[in-house]
Amino acid sequence: MSEAESSTAAQAVAPVQVHYCEVCTFPLEYCEFGSSFKKCKESLQKEDPELYDKYYSDEALQAKLGTLSLEAQAKLEKEAAKKEAKAEAKADAALKKKLASQVTIKRIERNKRKHVTSVHGLEAFGVDLKKAAKQFAQKFATGASVTKNLQGQEEIIVQGDVSGEIVELIEEGVGVLKGIPIDNVVEVEDKPKKKGGD
Amino acid sequence: MFKKFSPSTDISGQTSVKSSVQRSLRTNILSQWKVDPETFDQIWPKKEPITLVKCREHISIYQLHGEPLFFQHYDGPLFPTLRLVHKYPFILPKVGVDRGAIRFLLAGAHMMCPGLTSKGGYLPPADSGLPAGAAVAIFAEGKEHAVGLGVLKLSTEDIKKVNKDIGVETVHYLGDDLWAIQKL
Ligand SMILES: [Zn+2]
Repeated sequence: MSEAESSTAAQAVAPVQVHYCEVCTFPLEYCEFGSSFKKCKESLQKEDPELYDKYYSDEALQAKLGTLSLEAQAKLEKEAAKKEAKAEAKADAALKKKLASQVTIKRIERNKRKHVTSVHGLEAFGVDLKKAAKQFAQKFATGASVTKNLQGQEEIIVQGDVSGEIVELIEEGVGVLKGIPIDNVVEVEDKPKKKGGD
Repeated sequence: MFKKFSPSTDISGQTSVKSSVQRSLRTNILSQWKVDPETFDQIWPKKEPITLVKCREHISIYQLHGEPLFFQHYDGPLFPTLRLVHKYPFILPKVGVDRGAIRFLLAGAHMMCPGLTSKGGYLPPADSGLPAGAAVAIFAEGKEHAVGLGVLKLSTEDIKKVNKDIGVETVHYLGDDLWAIQKL
């Protein structure tokens, strides 16, 4: 600190270069507290063995114990392992949920000649709805907006019947519509009930 | 402050900052942080305009070329982001917590006095004590880089005396939602 204070002459202090972990984004020394410690270590060992030794050699492990007792350290490690397992389970569940979720493309008849197309469920695949709406509007030269449906969920409403085209866009993975398995896409039709039924 | 903070819903808008306001920001920072003007010019070059990102609950984030540099809650102290503190660790006064407290801090907890006064903790000596309300960088036992930033709930001397309950209110920490925003 005193060095920084005495050198207030016209010299700018150079920034410290911090090595951040490519897996968990923390400074390397904090990987052990993240939820992907095993992956962090593996990645560093592969990318930069020298740095790996700095943090994970026997001496380094001994030094980091500091004032913590061995018993407390063991407890900490146990908790870290638990946390990691939990994070992995969560990631698994998220992936399963993603694979199970559906994108519904609905052709809705507003009156005899007028249709709108609603697209529901894109967000489950990490698609930014506003960007997708913009893409539809540009592609089909029509209006498209993000609105809340009656259930309070967000969906995209595109003016005109473009349901078939949207299915194709998803199949080809155009623009922001990347990575949606076509099997998860369903096309449905919504006609207003006619008097007396049909 | 940045727990459950989501850029898509918690940011209300971005605006450019008038040059007179930029000037006063610069002056305030130079008076609040321990940084000399030359070094600060390197962090925020004079001719480069900063952008204000307005967020929920009166949080203002200031960014340069899309990268958050500092932030403020209402008209409280101007905080550098944790990444900026990693680059220039001397700009905020330092306190330290013991290794046992790291886990709690990373979950967003405030720091209890005993974690600061124990053998692995660190508080400045009496002659350079800090008042309650001061912005501090929180370092951790056995670690080189700061793990979080906070505001002193009690003066550092009172933390030593009282030695119970919250000593530092955590404002920003490794892995919170501001940390997650590398670019806005
Ligand atoms: Zn890591």
